[in-house]
Amino acid sequence: MAIQVDGLRKSYGQLEAVRGVSFVVRRGEVFGLLGPNGAGKTTTVEILEGYRERSAGDVSVLGFDPASRDRELRSRVGIVLQSSGFYPRATVREAVEHFGAAYPRPRDAEETIALVGLQGKEDTRAGQLSGGQQRRLDLALALVGDPELIFLDEPTTGFDPAARRAAWEVIRSLRGLGKTILLTTHYLDEAQELSDRVAIVKDGLIVAEGPPSELSRRPRSYRVSYQENGHRVELETEDPTELLHRLTGEALARGARLEGLSVSRPTLEEVYLELTAEEAAS
Amino acid sequence: MNTAVLAWRQFRFERKLFWRNPSAAFFNFTLPFLFLILIASVFGADRKELDILIPGIAGLSVLGTTFTALAYTFVFNREQGILKRIRGTPQPPISYFGGVIASAVANAIVQVALIVVIGHVLYNVSWPKDYFELVVFVVLGVVAFGSLGIAFAQAIPNFDAAAAYVNAVFLPVIFISGTFYSTDSMPELLKAIAVALPLKHVIDGLHGAIVTGQGLSDNLTALAVVAGWAVAGLFVAVRYFRWE
Repeated sequence: MAIQVDGLRKSYGQLEAVRGVSFVVRRGEVFGLLGPNGAGKTTTVEILEGYRERSAGDVSVLGFDPASRDRELRSRVGIVLQSSGFYPRATVREAVEHFGAAYPRPRDAEETIALVGLQGKEDTRAGQLSGGQQRRLDLALALVGDPELIFLDEPTTGFDPAARRAAWEVIRSLRGLGKTILLTTHYLDEAQELSDRVAIVKDGLIVAEGPPSELSRRPRSYRVSYQENGHRVELETEDPTELLHRLTGEALARGARLEGLSVSRPTLEEVYLELTAEEAAS
Repeated sequence: MNTAVLAWRQFRFERKLFWRNPSAAFFNFTLPFLFLILIASVFGADRKELDILIPGIAGLSVLGTTFTALAYTFVFNREQGILKRIRGTPQPPISYFGGVIASAVANAIVQVALIVVIGHVLYNVSWPKDYFELVVFVVLGVVAFGSLGIAFAQAIPNFDAAAAYVNAVFLPVIFISGTFYSTDSMPELLKAIAVALPLKHVIDGLHGAIVTGQGLSDNLTALAVVAGWAVAGLFVAVRYFRWE
């Protein structure tokens, strides 16, 4: 196991931001942590990164307690924070070389820069980079130590679609190298694309956990829809075979067509919205 | 890499970035000389005035390169998230602080040296009479002002407010501490405040070292006050340090 979290709690005064979270991340997998703002994701991740101390529960990261702030642990972990800065007057190459020097076996600076797609920007100062390029530099600084475990907190926020696809390729290639990745994201398609397993966090608790495809495959999880008299009809079913047989049979008997017929399974996004919206509905 | 090597790398990195920041380079290197030359010209450079002005400006330089510079640096790096980033790497904090502080110390030493040289060449002030005492007061001043600068940074909410906070301390302190003129004719209350603060004592020590040649033994009170502030500054800087 790369990460084990058991009964994790964190309170800030009266407010309990994390209320008993348990999950494991296996070595070599991409684990996605999803949830609305204020759900406790960042608090959880920052405890794992060693930035915050927990109030209760057991946490193990690569066999270490992150609260001990052990130097060996930090040399085996790479962190991309939601927002963290650069020396604005240092160039990309200088920043990568400078941060790389702290690690026992740093990756080559040029190779790291190429990995995140910043070739040609080596001599540009960090302060002169665009938002998306700064995010890539963020990723480069997390990867320069050649870590075995990588924390990615909203890694593609502010990317244009092409840059996102490119970042996904980087994450997939890291997974291909056997790295373990804990990914926090607001983009559900990103979690679905990249994660082996996801956990949905809400109000400081995990409300669902599993592979994205299995989270979607819940009872009544097929949606059949078609047009009828200008209206869209949507039906949910556990057994689309029977439903479709009935619908098409009825349509043929009437001599009508089922316009715009489609059969779909809810995406992770729909499961997520359903699970996290209960509060708002009630 | 070990801590000492990383501290050295941090120092070299800080030096390189320092010269890329024109405003920092200006405030650190130009302002004290501007003060020196303007005041010497405006008030007429008689011997007595210069004997106050040269150690005064040297003290101002130590304050500016350490207290002011480090307060800005730590507020900026905290607000930018640079401190948080460093905390997530295996770089030992001590090597980071060591490199950053050493860079400020380098500025302080270069400036004091330049002021002594300019004083001698332009204004005919004698070479320092007691080099040992000069080194002791520069080092102690650097430790006290540097740690107070880092301690003060913990009280500054954000970088936009930093200039107001720093100048609210820096300007009154340089005006009451005998930087530009003798404090003999100052009101008693201001004198009492100046005596409680470290800058006047650093300047007194530098005055002893550069001008009069009265040794360390004549400036033990000054030494004790500055050392006391150094301890207080270090305590607050370490105890209340904020990484983010």
